[in-house]
Amino acid sequence: MITLEFLYRLMGILTGAAAVINLRDGTNPNRLSNALFWGLWAISFLFGTYLPDLASGALILGMVAVATARGVRAGTGDSTTAAERIESARRWGNRLFLPALAVPVLTLLANASIGHITIDGMPLVQPRQVTLVALGLATLLSLAIGMLMLRPPAWAPLAEARRLLDAVGWAAMLPQLLAALGAVFAAAGVGAVVSTLAGAWIPSGAPLLSVAAYTVGMALLTMLMGNAFAAFPVMTLGIALPLLVTGLHGDPTIIAAIGMLSGFCGTLMTPMAANFNIVPVALLDLPDRYSVIRVQVPTALMLLAVNTALLYFLAFPR
Amino acid sequence: MLVLSGLLVVVLGFAFRVNPLLVVTVAGLVTGLTGGLGLLTTLTTLGHAFTESRYVAIVWLVLPVIGLLERAGLKERAREVVTGMQRATAGRVLLAYLALRQVTAALGLVSLGGHPQMVRPLIAPMAEGAAERDVRDIDDATRHLVRAHAAAVDNIGVFFGEDIFIAIGSILLIKGVMEQAGIIVLPTRLAVWAIPTAIAAFVIHGARLLLLDRRLAARNAGAGAA
Repeated sequence: MITLEFLYRLMGILTGAAAVINLRDGTNPNRLSNALFWGLWAISFLFGTYLPDLASGALILGMVAVATARGVRAGTGDSTTAAERIESARRWGNRLFLPALAVPVLTLLANASIGHITIDGMPLVQPRQVTLVALGLATLLSLAIGMLMLRPPAWAPLAEARRLLDAVGWAAMLPQLLAALGAVFAAAGVGAVVSTLAGAWIPSGAPLLSVAAYTVGMALLTMLMGNAFAAFPVMTLGIALPLLVTGLHGDPTIIAAIGMLSGFCGTLMTPMAANFNIVPVALLDLPDRYSVIRVQVPTALMLLAVNTALLYFLAFPR
Repeated sequence: MLVLSGLLVVVLGFAFRVNPLLVVTVAGLVTGLTGGLGLLTTLTTLGHAFTESRYVAIVWLVLPVIGLLERAGLKERAREVVTGMQRATAGRVLLAYLALRQVTAALGLVSLGGHPQMVRPLIAPMAEGAAERDVRDIDDATRHLVRAHAAAVDNIGVFFGEDIFIAIGSILLIKGVMEQAGIIVLPTRLAVWAIPTAIAAFVIHGARLLLLDRRLAARNAGAGAA
């Protein structure tokens, strides 16, 4: 049976290779700290399931110490010259898009099919992990297509992955660390405290104020927690149900749907949603860490106003 | 109340631009300690959650194939395709991608997109290529602005498209939370009520993308006058 463990092995190989290639790269002055960072992450991927949790905690501290003190920086850069790439782009033309577009298409196909495959009555894939396994298999197949088509040297995929990992740097690990932070928040009872605070704080006054307390509150709490899923139960049970549903007899379906979308407006404005807002900054080599957020803020604020108006005008009996 | 000091660490840390890895780790430790977990238990909880959250990093498995294609000139090709189409301005390229991302997400095809798979190798080079063609002596700030817009379109498209699909995570979460409170909501009705916001998102952000084109054109005129 294919489980997430299989994908973690692949990630272990990827990050492990990035560590080894960095270590042997005399041209990168930052090679030791790069190697240490990717190496520690590789240990977590390969052995995390068997390591004591305290040891995993120590791995985090090690990675954070390396990233903070020395940084994770790209070395000399591209493996081919600009002229070589333009020449290659001419030669291959639009066929170059094929392996790239194969990733999402094969993910969809795998997602729809691998859940139904059984071998001797055993499912091929752990049923709850179908989506992620589908993505993993699709990347492997697309890589195979790319290799057959382009016939690069055998080391090219890992060397190129290392180049991209170095370019993304520590931001690659941030979303996973944030997910872990969410778990600590939950264990320490942060959501419950915020919920009591929100409930005690908001006076039941004019309907528009109550509506805005919910939509803006969803956006603000989402900005703090980093995702709307964590904010939704807190704000909906704390504000929307007592004030808007019980108090003002609003339609719970409309309130909940627009409440969640108000949270998404918050997601667009926070560095805590790192995979959406910070990772692309690294991927696109942007000098300002908040440049994607800055572009998104006007749309997010206008949409939050629209959501507040929609909720106010649509959700209540007139 | 004290347990909220972790959130304060987050706000201050990001405001003062401390390394986010450090901010998040310190916030985790502070939250655990003020929540009465003790240092070792906090570190154990953090380590356990980190190990359990490894699936978040699975998206990086796409890097070998993307890197391989970049090595063979994928970005250059994406650029060329758009440069040949005179009417494909940066704003219009991004507008088309916004529409595509919203519609496919609404059909449940959320994986047709993403920053490592689509934006870095395809969408950003296309938009930047168009801007390069249309703006004389383009400066780095303008390039960066166009790239940031490429990343933003992917987010806005998927956020305000996916909730129209009934089996997406957020709809299921809403249904679950409401059920706990004794209220039954139908996923189909939730999905229908995501449509007004989706339309507003397309109109608002689409207009901003067309304004981006005008800003780019204005830079050109300004350069000509100077």
